[in-house]
Amino acid sequence: MISLAGRDILHGWGKFVFTGMGLGLLIGVTLSMAGIYRGMVDDAQALLGNSGADLWVVQQDTQGPYAESSSLRDDVVRSIKGLPGVAQAANVTYFTMQVALGERDVRAMVVGFEPGEPGAPAYLIDGRHITRGHYEAVADVRTGFRLGDRIRIRRKDFTVVGLTRRMVSSGGDPMVFVPLKDAQEAQFLKDNDAIVNERERLAANPSFNRPGVPGLLDSVIDAQTVNHSVNAVLVRVATGHSPDAVADTVRRWKHLSAYTRAEMEQILLVKLIATSARQIGMFLVILAVVSAAIVAFIIYTMTLGKIREIAVLKLIGARDRTIAGMILQQALGLGVIGFVVGKIAATVWAPIFPKYVLLLPEDAVRGFIIVMVICGLASLMAIRAALRVDPATAIGG
Amino acid sequence: MKFALGRRWPLILLAVVLLGAFAFAMFRTGPLAPIRVTVHTVADGTVTPSLFGIGTVEAQRSYAIGPTAAGRLLSVEADVGDTVTAGQVLGRLDPVDLNARVAALDASLARAGNAVVAAQAQQRDAAAKAKVTAIEAKRYDTLADQKFVSPSAVEARAQANTSARAAVDAAAASVAAAQDDLTRLQAEREALVAQQRNLTLVAPVDGVITARQAEPGNTVVAGQAVLQMIDPSSLWVRTRIDQNRANGLAEGLDARIELRSHAGDAHMGKVVRVELLSDPVTEERIARVRCDRAFKEGSVGEMAEVTISLPPSDAGPIVPNAALRHINGEKGVWRITEGKPRFVPVSTGAESLDGNIRILNGLSSGDTVVVHAERPLKDGARIKPVEVITGLKR
Repeated sequence: MISLAGRDILHGWGKFVFTGMGLGLLIGVTLSMAGIYRGMVDDAQALLGNSGADLWVVQQDTQGPYAESSSLRDDVVRSIKGLPGVAQAANVTYFTMQVALGERDVRAMVVGFEPGEPGAPAYLIDGRHITRGHYEAVADVRTGFRLGDRIRIRRKDFTVVGLTRRMVSSGGDPMVFVPLKDAQEAQFLKDNDAIVNERERLAANPSFNRPGVPGLLDSVIDAQTVNHSVNAVLVRVATGHSPDAVADTVRRWKHLSAYTRAEMEQILLVKLIATSARQIGMFLVILAVVSAAIVAFIIYTMTLGKIREIAVLKLIGARDRTIAGMILQQALGLGVIGFVVGKIAATVWAPIFPKYVLLLPEDAVRGFIIVMVICGLASLMAIRAALRVDPATAIGG
Repeated sequence: MKFALGRRWPLILLAVVLLGAFAFAMFRTGPLAPIRVTVHTVADGTVTPSLFGIGTVEAQRSYAIGPTAAGRLLSVEADVGDTVTAGQVLGRLDPVDLNARVAALDASLARAGNAVVAAQAQQRDAAAKAKVTAIEAKRYDTLADQKFVSPSAVEARAQANTSARAAVDAAAASVAAAQDDLTRLQAEREALVAQQRNLTLVAPVDGVITARQAEPGNTVVAGQAVLQMIDPSSLWVRTRIDQNRANGLAEGLDARIELRSHAGDAHMGKVVRVELLSDPVTEERIARVRCDRAFKEGSVGEMAEVTISLPPSDAGPIVPNAALRHINGEKGVWRITEGKPRFVPVSTGAESLDGNIRILNGLSSGDTVVVHAERPLKDGARIKPVEVITGLKR
């Protein structure tokens, strides 16, 4: 049994292969698009996973610290550590800002954490963890910083001692980990001019600068320049306790909001990236339709191009099934080449994208099936045209 | 077959290349690829832990110089940066009426002195009178014995003698009173002069003026500082060290002080005091670190980084701290056995500032552990040891 499709492809294989490659680039775009969506979800999940927390305790009635701003006093952590079912609790601050390295600055999420507690980077790809209580930083590799770099956060210089990977905010900004006290200072630190102006303003206020009460002004200034706020308390629940129960206790007795991992994921996925996800979903549908249309047109024109040969086949008594099979096989062949090229292309260009592109093997399998189905459907029009050819055209022209 | 291999081979080559690239794409990148890791062979050694803290340069002895009573400043005679010696006059307060009161007291004193002189003269007069009356009384006694005078005449002389002696006592008392008065006025004058002296602000010790907080004409209240001064030989660094890293902090340890204005230029010093009270708000312990020689540069209030060296730990297995992982609240490392990583819990001891950590138990010398990994590891994951994890951009 000879393969009609194979023969036909070999007859003009260059055209066939290059058409398949063109289609492949289109499929590559589609796969990348799906990868971008997976990447967004993964960024959100990486943020939750990296924190190592089971529970997020934040300011009452806020959805912080990722979706909304939240501010707590840093001594709240002590009252939470005392609750039943809490194994570990740690203060943490998150603040997206520009981190400068010389002339260049990078948009990064500065995380203030306590070493060894939830919120600390889980693993490194280079360097070491922070050992000093101040002025050392662990940066994500996406910031482009290298070990030993001196980076500037507000008015303090930090030395990069370690690098992490996939430590990103929900928006995909790389994280820079610094000791909690430095981060607190950086987050709420006013610039020097503002501090000087504020001092002058206070000194000019007779209520704070009273004759006869020496030291009052200094105390007021001191009280205004220190900060003991954090954005959230990360809690790790002890084994044998349910995070929901601990969250309920926190909500009921501490008058704070508490979110379990599932609830936090819900907030991040539903509230933060829902619109972007819909946008990408829209693109995926359009790309699928466009791919189907292109495959259909290609197969159709290919079929019309050899309509005379098909008529000859019919004339010599080829069955409809044979002809339909040939066209379907060619369509599926195009699909296979397209998918392979697309997968390779997506893998090659994925790292160039500014945001994380996650190509899952499951997505590849799903994509392959969809490509095959689309190719099959797209060949229907060509098959119909081929079957309606009058064998007489082979002779009559 | 009519189709010769010559026509087919470019197609086969293309297919092989495509399939190869595809296989590479599927298995060498993404979730199916082996995880690249760097490994470390555990060796015995010691770590030299250090404590790191930041502090501010402060003077151990600082003085706020101000009046003990409210008053208006007449002059301030020293400015910031001036070196002053003990006893040097730094400022004066307006005495208002003190000088006039001293003058009045001086006049009163002169008058009291005169009163003493007058009283002493009266005393001499009374004594002279008493002497005469005593002689007369004696003579009348003799005359009465010889019955030359009447007893009433004798009694009159005796009475005159008694009165004269009383006048002597009275004169002595007025002299004492006049002298007491003089003493009182002298004491009052001294008090006023002391008050006058108090209006002068003097330097208690040798030092440097660090702040001038009032100007001539200002009214200052009792206890308010007009000038601040420090003893520059008493500078030290008030160092704050995170409580959970302050283990081993003790007096006498060597320290390295780096002033912010002179980064990279270290001073050697010693911990001279570890405060019993730590800061409960910032959760830091406070230690005072003194430089071996006086700071020539730097300023009071300047930030300094202090590294305090602790004695080295005992020998044992050492790993880089990047090898440590916390999984479900358990501290451990990924030990490689038969090419596969397995999580083993460890307990840790001292850690040096360069990131080496002493393993107390859980690992022994010769074990191989994962230090860095490209992705989170799982028990038995496929790994590929490399020298350095490179080429990762995200």
